[in-house]
Amino acid sequence: MTALRFDPTNLPPETAALRQEVRRFLAEERARGSWSPRGDFGTHPDPAFSRLIGARGWIGMTWPRAYGGHERSGLERYVVTEELLVSGAPVTAHWIADRQSGPLILRVGTEAQKQRFLPRIARGEIFFCIGMSEPDSGSDLVSIRTRGTKVDGGWRITGRKVWTSNAHISDYAITLVRTGPPEPDRHSGLSQFILDLKAPGVSIRPIRNLAGHHDFNEMVLDDVFLADDLLIGQPGDGWKQVTSELAFERSGPERFLSTYRLLAALVEQGGYDPDDRMAEQTGRFVAHLWALRGMSLSIAGMLQAGEAPNLEAACVKDLGNSFERAIPEVARLVAPTVPLPVPGANDDFAAIQAEAVLNAPSITLRGGTREILRGIIARGLGLR
Amino acid sequence: MTDLVFETADRLFRDAVDKDLLDAAEAGTFPRELWRAVAETGLVEAFADPETGIADAGAVLRAAGRHAVPLPIAETLLARRLLQRAGLDAPEGPLALAPADPRDRAAFVEGRAMGTYYGVAWGGDAAALVLLADGEVLVADPVRTRIEPGRSLAGEPRDTITIDGPVLAHAPAPTDVAGLRLEGAWARSLMMLGAMETVLDVAVTYANDRVQFGRPIGKQQSIQHQLALMAEEVAASSVAARLATERLDGPEAFLAVAAAKIRCGEAAGKAAEYAHQVMGAIGFTHEHTLHHFTRRLWTWRDEYGRESDWSIELGRYVASVGADGLWPWLTRA
Ligand SMILES: Cc1cc2nc3c(=O)[nH]c(=O)nc-3n(C[C@H](O)[C@H](O)[C@H](O)COP(=O)(O)OP(=O)(O)OC[C@H]3O[C@@H](n4cnc5c(N)ncnc54)[C@H](O)[C@@H]3O)c2cc1C
Repeated sequence: MTALRFDPTNLPPETAALRQEVRRFLAEERARGSWSPRGDFGTHPDPAFSRLIGARGWIGMTWPRAYGGHERSGLERYVVTEELLVSGAPVTAHWIADRQSGPLILRVGTEAQKQRFLPRIARGEIFFCIGMSEPDSGSDLVSIRTRGTKVDGGWRITGRKVWTSNAHISDYAITLVRTGPPEPDRHSGLSQFILDLKAPGVSIRPIRNLAGHHDFNEMVLDDVFLADDLLIGQPGDGWKQVTSELAFERSGPERFLSTYRLLAALVEQGGYDPDDRMAEQTGRFVAHLWALRGMSLSIAGMLQAGEAPNLEAACVKDLGNSFERAIPEVARLVAPTVPLPVPGANDDFAAIQAEAVLNAPSITLRGGTREILRGIIARGLGLR
Repeated sequence: MTDLVFETADRLFRDAVDKDLLDAAEAGTFPRELWRAVAETGLVEAFADPETGIADAGAVLRAAGRHAVPLPIAETLLARRLLQRAGLDAPEGPLALAPADPRDRAAFVEGRAMGTYYGVAWGGDAAALVLLADGEVLVADPVRTRIEPGRSLAGEPRDTITIDGPVLAHAPAPTDVAGLRLEGAWARSLMMLGAMETVLDVAVTYANDRVQFGRPIGKQQSIQHQLALMAEEVAASSVAARLATERLDGPEAFLAVAAAKIRCGEAAGKAAEYAHQVMGAIGFTHEHTLHHFTRRLWTWRDEYGRESDWSIELGRYVASVGADGLWPWLTRA
């Protein structure tokens, strides 16, 4: 049986000053009117704010300076991201490029690709999204049907992607495409491209979600030409590339903090002298949050040490997502008000509650469903 | 150092604690020989080292939970720590520690202790009783008290002790009842972690071995998911218990221990539920070892404050910190 391992990680002392710096920045910018938390769920996109964050050196923090990065540690990045998330700052626009696309380019990109994309990502000037899911391929991602055919000087890509978050505000989509036969196994023959969303043949259509928001999209790729230098990594290595950074994608603070604002609002509702019913619930949530953050930090430390704690990351995401979903369920039972959408309201409790209830179903789907995560853990336990 | 302590304790307990010993202990035979081995190895003095004492003691407690050791290890460890801090000599042998129950009322007046302590682990088997009353630490001779034997859900001694008379020694207490409860909650969290690790191990092994419908039940997704959930609970408990161990003597001990007792207590109930479901009827028999662990989990989660008790206390504290202070507090601790 493979035991799950969570090595002790303690934040180095220098992160305390950085944390204060982020808090000060957020307070000053908020006072200046550059941003304010919205009533909506988690966070939202704001390209101008992303450029501010980039200018502060908080995008691509761990990348080499030669590519516009700042050569900070993974734990320093951790502190910055958790502060941004807890405050409700609008970090959505650059989120994927910072967490996923940039590191992918850094790891498997060519020198020219690194020069071309990374500095602009780090400045908060270009944004990325992820084109993996398709109408007939969700959890079983390997079954995608979007095809890439080699032509002179590049590739021609045809297919349909769905649920592409923020494609409408992004410049590029890291897109998974079948470029070869599924041999020797079905994970073979997939490749990743840096899809230029302004290329001829790309059309992006909004898909409104049940909360009424336009966050994700359908992308139709009709014989889109992508030059050779937009292939990322080796042809046929797509699956390996997609799965190699899962520990980064599944263990971060965004996997348990998306309803933190509701928890804080609930504490506020309880006031200085909460009744037992309220105190019991907020106390229990704080205990869970404390343990989750400890787990997530532990993984951040292990990642920094060059390990790949994929199983542990699946644990954090599954537990963290259940925690996020429990908060609105309990809030509605103990709070004095019922969830009520209030258009444009920022700090209205009923509005925060409403957003959390309406968005909750997405938490345990995006980034790997709860069932898929549990399957991964079970395999790690030696059960499959 | 702490790893070595854990390995030593784990090996000793693994070799010595088997089903026969557990059944005999439950039938009322105090495992003297095992106690002697524990004492000889110095495991109950784990707190002695000022540098690594807490981590070492935590390692011993986790190992004790892992093997359902039917001895007052936690009580002796904590009692010795209390005596050491009070500047009193620790008597040889297993020690009982009270109060463990918030209903306990006791007084210490002019050299005489008077009162009743409930749920005292191994009260009747202890070489000495270490008690708190009226801001004093007392060492009492069990022979001079009235002991009504009782049992926990796990069949371990939880006795009622009534004292009315002089004590062997006393000194001003370095902590209060709440402080003792905090340390007890920490100890039970580590013991629950250890027991859950074993329960997970037993259940996974069983799921791979037990064949129904022509294949191991561990191939069934519903069984896999219950075991995955159990593994998640154990993982969360292990981190919560470690964070508490790191902070037991620090300014944020309350947060860290409350969180550990809440998290491990909740996990204990779930782990026991999943394990029994996966193991079928065999796991419900007295013959199988599983219940030695699950009955302890059901006991330990209720001792030194249930999840609900600690949650209310933590929630009240959070309210005093306030919504805006909550995150700064969590990230400072
Ligand atoms: C808010 C949101 C944002 C998203 N953003 C993006 C994005 O930016 N880019 C992108 O590419 N995708 C995105 N997705 C898609 C997401 O990755 C998929 O929703 C997810 O992979 C599941 O696929 P599906 O929705 O097709 O469900 P399906 O795979 O059809 O699953 C339906 C149900 O069946 C279960 N199931 C499937 N297979 C198994 C199995 N083997 N065992 C047990 N149960 C199983 C699932 O767990 C789920 O409960 C987003 C989704 C959401 C909700």
